[in-house]
Amino acid sequence: MSTDVTTPVPAATPAPGPDRPGRRERFALLRSRADTKVSPYAYIAPFFVLFGIFGLYPLVYTAWVSLHDWELASAEHPWSGLDNYRQLVTDPVFWNALGNTAGMFVLATVPQLALAMFLASLLNRRLRGRTFFRLSVILPMATSVAAVSIVFSQLFSRDFGIINWVLGGVGVHPIEWQATKWSSWSAIALMVNWRWTGYNALIYLAAMQAIPRDLYEAAALDGAGAWKQFTKVTVPLLRPTILFTVIISTIGGFQLFTEPLLFNSGSSNYQGGSLRQSQTLAMYVWENAFVKFDFGYASAVAWVLFLIILVASALNFLAVRRLGGKD
Amino acid sequence: MIRASSLRRRGPAALGAGLAAVLVAATACGGGDDGSASASGGGKVALTVNVFGNFGYEQLYKQFEAAHPNITITERGTGSDLSNYTPALTKNLAAGSGAGDVVALEEGIMIQFKEQAQNFVDLGQYGGNDDRSNFLPWKFAGGQSADGTKLIGLGTDVGSMGMCYRRDLFAKAGLPTDRDAVGKLWPTWDDYVTVGEQFKAKNTGAKWFDAASNTYNTILVQTAGKDPGYTYFDKSNALVIDSNPVIKQAYDRMLGMIGDGLSAGYKSFSDQWNAGFKQGTFATIACPAWMLGYIQGQAGTANKGKWDVTTAPGGGGNWGGSWLAVPTQSKHPKEAAELVRFLTSPTGQVAAFKAVNNLPSSPAALDDPALQSFTNPYFNNAPVGQIFGTGAKQLQPVYFGPKNQVVRDAVENTLLAVQQGQLKPADAWAKAVKDAQQAAK
Repeated sequence: MSTDVTTPVPAATPAPGPDRPGRRERFALLRSRADTKVSPYAYIAPFFVLFGIFGLYPLVYTAWVSLHDWELASAEHPWSGLDNYRQLVTDPVFWNALGNTAGMFVLATVPQLALAMFLASLLNRRLRGRTFFRLSVILPMATSVAAVSIVFSQLFSRDFGIINWVLGGVGVHPIEWQATKWSSWSAIALMVNWRWTGYNALIYLAAMQAIPRDLYEAAALDGAGAWKQFTKVTVPLLRPTILFTVIISTIGGFQLFTEPLLFNSGSSNYQGGSLRQSQTLAMYVWENAFVKFDFGYASAVAWVLFLIILVASALNFLAVRRLGGKD
Repeated sequence: MIRASSLRRRGPAALGAGLAAVLVAATACGGGDDGSASASGGGKVALTVNVFGNFGYEQLYKQFEAAHPNITITERGTGSDLSNYTPALTKNLAAGSGAGDVVALEEGIMIQFKEQAQNFVDLGQYGGNDDRSNFLPWKFAGGQSADGTKLIGLGTDVGSMGMCYRRDLFAKAGLPTDRDAVGKLWPTWDDYVTVGEQFKAKNTGAKWFDAASNTYNTILVQTAGKDPGYTYFDKSNALVIDSNPVIKQAYDRMLGMIGDGLSAGYKSFSDQWNAGFKQGTFATIACPAWMLGYIQGQAGTANKGKWDVTTAPGGGGNWGGSWLAVPTQSKHPKEAAELVRFLTSPTGQVAAFKAVNNLPSSPAALDDPALQSFTNPYFNNAPVGQIFGTGAKQLQPVYFGPKNQVVRDAVENTLLAVQQGQLKPADAWAKAVKDAQQAAK
């Protein structure tokens, strides 16, 4: 196509004067073509440049570091191939952290999204003071995670916590919430749920409001009750939104760090309890990098964490796609 | 900490905000560089001092600035704990920028920083060796590099040991409250346990001591100081947890105390431990000199006069104490070294003691009448200068290996697990040894 445009040019050389408009046209044509083909890339370039610097480069560099025996303080970082990854496979602390992370992820995500869906369907009705309720559900998100964790640690305190006080009222002995897996996981999951349920509820609400009302009318005419309408109309149409929240929750859940760290306040809090009852993978990365200063091993754990998040997201993606039937 | 949390569940809007923050940070850095460059050009020197906890230097900074009108001093990290301070300092040293002109190094982490002696200025070049007689001999030696050729740090304080106790709880249990009489109750740790059992029998609602980890560590460091002079690592940095008898002795003694129900079962430095000071959930706590300021901060003014301090069972011991050093990345090593020599001088140490009770490592400061006569009004006017100062000169240094902190954490966590009922006392020692070996790798 471009040759068609350029071929007339040599033929026009004997008469330079009249040729000028042709050249200008050609330039304008090139420019407009460049405008449509190239400028979109220029518009999105700032993101990719910054992503390259702050996202891709650290990712690749971490992979590079993970292939070395990389102690922060030592001057030499000899190549060690896959040694760090081999060590990781047989490291019981790593597997413990993985189990904790997955356990807390399930405890924190499943009730959270179910509750968010329930809240959203309530907020989607004609309520008095609707805006007030809609705003109040995202209030927890506006508080700092450190403040949330400190308040919850107080609530779950063994000696003076409200929760043990209430349980004491019905004859339960004071529970030391940090001491066992189930109790520490539940407490931490509760913090996460409290903080993020409203956020997901608002996302569901926005999607619900985009569903045309006549679909519900048609369903009602066909004899579908509220539950049927919910499962056959709402959920299938919300599927892309649910997918989004599940993926985002997976990424967030597997990176869980601040809540368990502050919940286990005190010496060696990065270990997540006396027997590492609630140490997550992100905490284990931190322990290796900034307590043991073994950056090589920490990078290997970080990379495996990244791969786990990818796999978990993909599995969730497939699972949610099956939700409510096929497209 | 903050970084990981801010990565959680944000959409594109947060990305925009993040980018904006990056740009702001980038421009802020640029501004900072310009600022310091012009500052040194104009003959002004800005020194930064990085500390953890509280060194009590405010007045000393003012004196130094008054004597050196071209120097301004900023302190960073006041009140932070070692577990945040150490990683940040390690990163800054490795990165070659960001550390202060003067940095504090605590005894437990000193060895690990001595291994990177190249990152620190030799204070000997700035007259530091002339100060040798200002310090207890082992404290001065502790600031030298492994081969003794380089002076990395000058000593600040030592962690002479006392025992703090709640007068009101002692009265409630029918025990003496006068500090001399209380000190006579427990010449040895066996006596301490016996009195603890008497206290427990009176059902005051409080436990005898705060946490297994603290008391265990106090006993360990005290006995190790007498012989063989090291704890988990011998002087060639080999892990000796299963062959150094003082460790198992201290550990078994602590298992016994937990079994007797004497421990309040806290994790040290946790929120609940902090609340325990205020609520009076334990009657005694082993307290190095620097702990007094911590207790006062946690128990608060409402409990003024309820706490008192006396001599520790087993006679003295050392836990804690620090050095000041100048990283090579400092742009003003000469002025920084001068500040270090000023802060660690006998007069500087007495001033720091008066401010926050950090016990001097200087014999002259320990003999200073101002220190000997110093009483702490919060602790019922206890003569803390005398209690901690007496015997400080006889303190024996304990050697800690470069991985001391992680091994200590591993061992003390097994004691915490026993307190929580999650680990059988019979299995605890084997797990402690195994975890320590894992941590020392």
